[in-house]
Amino acid sequence: MHALEKILARASGRKKVTAGEIVIAKVDVVEVNDLYLQVVKSFYELGGTEVANPDKTTFVFDHYSPAPTIKAACNHKSMREFCSKMGIRHLFDIGEGVCHQVLAESGMVGPGKIVVETDSHTTTMGALGAFGTGVGVTDMAVILITGKLWFKVPRVMKVVLEGDLRDGVMAKDLILHVIGHLKQDAAIYKAVEFAGDAVRKMPQEERMVLCNMAVEMGAKTAYIAPDGVTYEYLARYGWEKGEVPVTDEDYEYESIVEYDVSEITPRVALPGSVDNVASIPDEEIRIDQVFLGTCTGGRLNDIRVAAEILEGKKVAAGTRFVVIPASRLVFQDAMKAGYIETLVDAGVVLSTPGCGPCLGAHEGILASGEKCVSTSSRNFPGRMGSTEAQVYIASPATAAATALKGRLCGADSL
Amino acid sequence: MDIIKGNIFVFGNNIDTDQIYPGRYLDLTDHDEIATHAMEGADPSFASTVKPGDIIVAGTNFGCGSSREHAVITLKNAGVGAVIARSFARIFFRNAINQGLVVVEVPNLDTLNINTGDKGILDIVKGNFTANGQTVFFQPLTEHVLSIIEAGGIFSLFREKGVKAFG
Repeated sequence: MHALEKILARASGRKKVTAGEIVIAKVDVVEVNDLYLQVVKSFYELGGTEVANPDKTTFVFDHYSPAPTIKAACNHKSMREFCSKMGIRHLFDIGEGVCHQVLAESGMVGPGKIVVETDSHTTTMGALGAFGTGVGVTDMAVILITGKLWFKVPRVMKVVLEGDLRDGVMAKDLILHVIGHLKQDAAIYKAVEFAGDAVRKMPQEERMVLCNMAVEMGAKTAYIAPDGVTYEYLARYGWEKGEVPVTDEDYEYESIVEYDVSEITPRVALPGSVDNVASIPDEEIRIDQVFLGTCTGGRLNDIRVAAEILEGKKVAAGTRFVVIPASRLVFQDAMKAGYIETLVDAGVVLSTPGCGPCLGAHEGILASGEKCVSTSSRNFPGRMGSTEAQVYIASPATAAATALKGRLCGADSL
Repeated sequence: MDIIKGNIFVFGNNIDTDQIYPGRYLDLTDHDEIATHAMEGADPSFASTVKPGDIIVAGTNFGCGSSREHAVITLKNAGVGAVIARSFARIFFRNAINQGLVVVEVPNLDTLNINTGDKGILDIVKGNFTANGQTVFFQPLTEHVLSIIEAGGIFSLFREKGVKAFG
């Protein structure tokens, strides 16, 4: 069995599960974000009276945080009341950060856990050795009532990344390259495992980028076998290492795709589609706004890379650079390291830890005709505001280099 | 319920949830209000022209992107009778079943020969779809999924069977 199958087997009380089978599994960690007051409404509509596992249940206010509209403020208020009534202690209120980063730092998630959140990027949890998947509000209401959910056991596709990264190339470039090659429906209903020595050499935060973006190829969940790097990261947040499920040597993957990462240069997803990936275009493309942040590209390592590029320099005139740390802890670590001061000196605009303008809700949404380079994960038409705006998805290094020059460029060109 | 007839609206591949229901409306919770923004990112006139029972025909990976169930709620409450696509993104597919929106996967659907405005007839029990003089066949929905859809979604099923509805 694959480690992911072992996780599902344990949670459903079975010795063995096989791909395609439907199992009813206990969910270990649950997260509801602030887009979905509907979860609370559905909970009551389904006849819910108490939450099955209040200590395993978290609410995170990140997508509309602090509340930019009266409606969002009312939703937050109702959710706070719900948490209080149901005895849910883990309410991460405004400014605590993006749900996936908050959970990674909560000490609640680690190898072997089943994590279900009302957000598609829950695949990020795979970098911690967990089975993480996103659901809609109805499934979530069912979990709150019963503590369980049905899952179809997925087949696992393996993406092997070998070789050494070039200068100015980050995990984001690799995953964009992979999605551009395999396309955005390559992994529908499947799990994607990332392996190879390029992954082993990556810091934990970079591994999270790979798993985070796996959903952009349709993946149900993602996975990286945990190792010393993972345990060191988790230990920082109070996780205690226990039994870790390991994939059997004779497990047969649905498919295996290999890449030599030393051939990969800085990549961008061109406006409109995350799988329309290219190297940085030769022509000069002036950029109105650069955004560094989100569950994909707002971690300490990302902020460090940007600070190193902008150290002692200024953001180009005519370009805005919005930086949003993925969590309060990331923000504090970046302050202690001096990165925040460097960035603010360079002319960066900082905002509250959370999702920022990624989904077009607040904190830097785009006007018609504007061009943006973003370290987030999606650039569907209208994603960050006007449907007439253009969003290039790129790495934090490319984002910072672009902010410095005011035109789309890779850090390898500086 | 078994047979759905309506006008067809054709969309392409990878219609994501931001096109089905833009993120800036995610703070809405009233279903009728949510319905007024259906497909706004792909076709701003859709919500005002769609009629009850109309059918969306799309290519691969319909509903990719975020987990927002608003994307299903908006289509269902705008009156969409069914969505037929070559493939669906996983979360959207689950959400649709849970909300009682008919979703049918037809991998060999030739969307090029179907036009917006054509009449479509869908039989979800027998597993066939006819449009523009052509009929395609697909594996009918499983009994369990049909029972959820026919009950009108998980909510009705839960009211009927209680916790047993979840096994």
